[in-house]
Amino acid sequence: MSARDIFTFRNPHFTRGVGITAAILIVTAIVGFIVLPFAQPWVQFANVWDAICSAAGVPQRVAGVAAPEQSKRLSEVVLTSHTLSRPSQEAIGRGATLAQRCAICHGPTGLSRADSPNLAGQYAAVIYKELHDFRSGARTNAVMSPFAVNLTDQEIADLSDYYAYLPRLPAYHPTPQLPKPNIVIYGAPMRGIAPCGSCHGSLDNKTGSPWLEGQSEAYLKAQLQAFAAGERRNDISQQMRNIARAMTPEEIEQAAAYYASQPPDIVKAVD
Amino acid sequence: MLVNRKLILAHFWFAFAVFGVALTLGAWQMFIRSPIGTWLSNPELYYRSLTAHGTVMGYVFPTLVAMGLGYAISESALEQRLVGVRWAWAGFWLIVGGSIMAVIPIALGRASVLYTFYPPLIGNLFYYLGVVLVVVGSWIWVALMSINLRIWRKAHPGAPVPLAMFANVAGSYLWAWTAVGAALELLLQIIPVAAGLKATIDAGLARVFFSWTLHAIVYFWLMPTYIAYYTIVPRAIGGRVYSDNMARIAFILFLVVAMPIGMHHTFADPQVGAGFKFVHSAFTALVTLPTFLTVFTICASIEIAARLRGGRGMFGWIRVLPWDNPMMLALAFSFVMLGFGGAGGLINMSYQLDASIHNTQWITGHFHLIFGGAIVIMYFAIAYDLWPHLTGRELNDLRLIRTQLWLWFIGMIVTTFPWHWVGILGMPRRMAYFDFGDPAIAPQALSVTFSAIGGFILLASGILFLVILARGMRAPQAEAGAYRFAAAVHQSATVPVALNTHALWVALMIALTITNYGYPILTLATTEGTSVPAVYVGAQ
Repeated sequence: MSARDIFTFRNPHFTRGVGITAAILIVTAIVGFIVLPFAQPWVQFANVWDAICSAAGVPQRVAGVAAPEQSKRLSEVVLTSHTLSRPSQEAIGRGATLAQRCAICHGPTGLSRADSPNLAGQYAAVIYKELHDFRSGARTNAVMSPFAVNLTDQEIADLSDYYAYLPRLPAYHPTPQLPKPNIVIYGAPMRGIAPCGSCHGSLDNKTGSPWLEGQSEAYLKAQLQAFAAGERRNDISQQMRNIARAMTPEEIEQAAAYYASQPPDIVKAVD
Repeated sequence: MLVNRKLILAHFWFAFAVFGVALTLGAWQMFIRSPIGTWLSNPELYYRSLTAHGTVMGYVFPTLVAMGLGYAISESALEQRLVGVRWAWAGFWLIVGGSIMAVIPIALGRASVLYTFYPPLIGNLFYYLGVVLVVVGSWIWVALMSINLRIWRKAHPGAPVPLAMFANVAGSYLWAWTAVGAALELLLQIIPVAAGLKATIDAGLARVFFSWTLHAIVYFWLMPTYIAYYTIVPRAIGGRVYSDNMARIAFILFLVVAMPIGMHHTFADPQVGAGFKFVHSAFTALVTLPTFLTVFTICASIEIAARLRGGRGMFGWIRVLPWDNPMMLALAFSFVMLGFGGAGGLINMSYQLDASIHNTQWITGHFHLIFGGAIVIMYFAIAYDLWPHLTGRELNDLRLIRTQLWLWFIGMIVTTFPWHWVGILGMPRRMAYFDFGDPAIAPQALSVTFSAIGGFILLASGILFLVILARGMRAPQAEAGAYRFAAAVHQSATVPVALNTHALWVALMIALTITNYGYPILTLATTEGTSVPAVYVGAQ
């Protein structure tokens, strides 16, 4: 029997096989696309076609609902894989010149003596994002905002490349290394807090998250408190605000003290 | 007539060797995540191990077992030399090469994306290319099975294809088509991003493509087990297949309804319409049909064996079954695990019940019980049964074999039952760490500890399995005779053409894929603005 003899309605197996399959499909489709949508009293459909489209998952724009107005500025930084890739020597040189005005707080070698962040060897994406946020107003600081407001895109990229290029040096006043507190090792799964290192470099790095080792304790604590209080808002999708809000004041102290005591050369998951 | 024994042995040995490695990783994962292990403080190592475990157990191990068994069936059931031996070796080496290529980036921490890929997570390009090579290697096998059957048909016009080969080819067609979903996901979506040609990916569409593969792949894993149920066990225990046609119908039903059901994996996904979820759910319910047919037919077949051995009474025959025969034992264990696992599966496929266990440890428990339990224990049985024919040496330490099967059964129950339980309590899956010191989950610590102990029982059983096979390579030589498959009670000279060919059922399988997947895939592919930035694993 050739294929032609199988695929014919004279073949009872074909008729039954196709018939039963089609019948099951039609019955389930009627139930799934018409009966069940109408069985939901809390959903209103204009007609049967409307119900079928809804059940089929046809993308629809909901009319008359506008996105809520944002009263505060949000971070608008867009980073593509080409933005900061392969910086030229010229870009780093331009960044070094521009960085002279940063040195008063962030130190001539990128190490701060003023409880400002150490920038030497920080991820380029981090500096890029923060400078953009300061410029746009998504992040505000009495000292930083005026510096950032006049920077061009090119200058921001050059500064990012320059600081990322600098070697990571031990912090100016290294304290004895503290043991890892629980909040750093484990996070707090029941409160939705991941281990810090899963974004901040020691385990893995999520783009835009800085490494924290050797940063000023006062600075780290202040930032966590600002996130918790909602005063700082330039984190992506509220990630840090959600975490900081769920942290206890003791955990904030412990995390800040721990990271301040670490040398930056243990940062992994890079290069 | 087993001619290409080296080819088949190579498939089995590589399969079982990588199985041993992945099993060890699995036991380590159970331990490190349980209250008896101390926290690694680096979840990345856990996900690395999990990716290797899943990739090997999901793609490499069962595929090689199905291929090795397929070649053995082709030669012994059709009684003709395998045509395309060089191609078969090429397929094997592609799989070996692909496995190595995939495992290296995993070991380096550059592809900790789990075997289900999880876009927008993107790992190293070579991981995906390795998986593609594994699939391509297996497609060579699909083609060879089809070609060998065609050659046999030409020589035996109109004759019924032996059941083992009919089922084997059905399994290979099912795999060929089900792998297309993941292949499309890899080639059209993931690989361009991993290669740096694109920076965004439509994760929703990728998940739909993967669901195309993810459920039917389980039935591909199941095929060697069902082939063993029907064509090996009844012969090994001295019985006969109750109905040859019923067996064919079961395999055909798998071919038709195993495919268009994968969206029950996406019940919680917003990108799929509820209507399609319902249709897939209904078709998933239909898959119970071939399983019930099989349970009935096999129970009837072993009852025949028992009656032939003088069994009497309504249930009295169960006592006289050859319980010291590893095949009998494996079948019984497999059925018990299939029963529990199948019942759990009915909960997963039901939209409302799924909501309470979706993405919990219940799911992990479920697929380990079905795949690691019901399916893999029959892989062991297949290996034990085939080994003397492949090596030309006897495998007669039945006590050790029975111990191994018992350990696997007990280990799997001890591992998976607590998993189901903590899943009901809400413990999420794919977690590297649980803080059992927290009062909210402290009561689950005991269950998780039991589960980890079960993992070690499984590891012991797995090691024993490899030892038995290795010892079988050095045992005294013995002629095992021709490898035979179970005969049916009524071995009819003719079989209806629809039950002797696959074309009609393959056509129905493809048609149902189009009806059940066509619209969701088309809409997702053509809707603008559904892509998200890729998240590169292990990259800065």
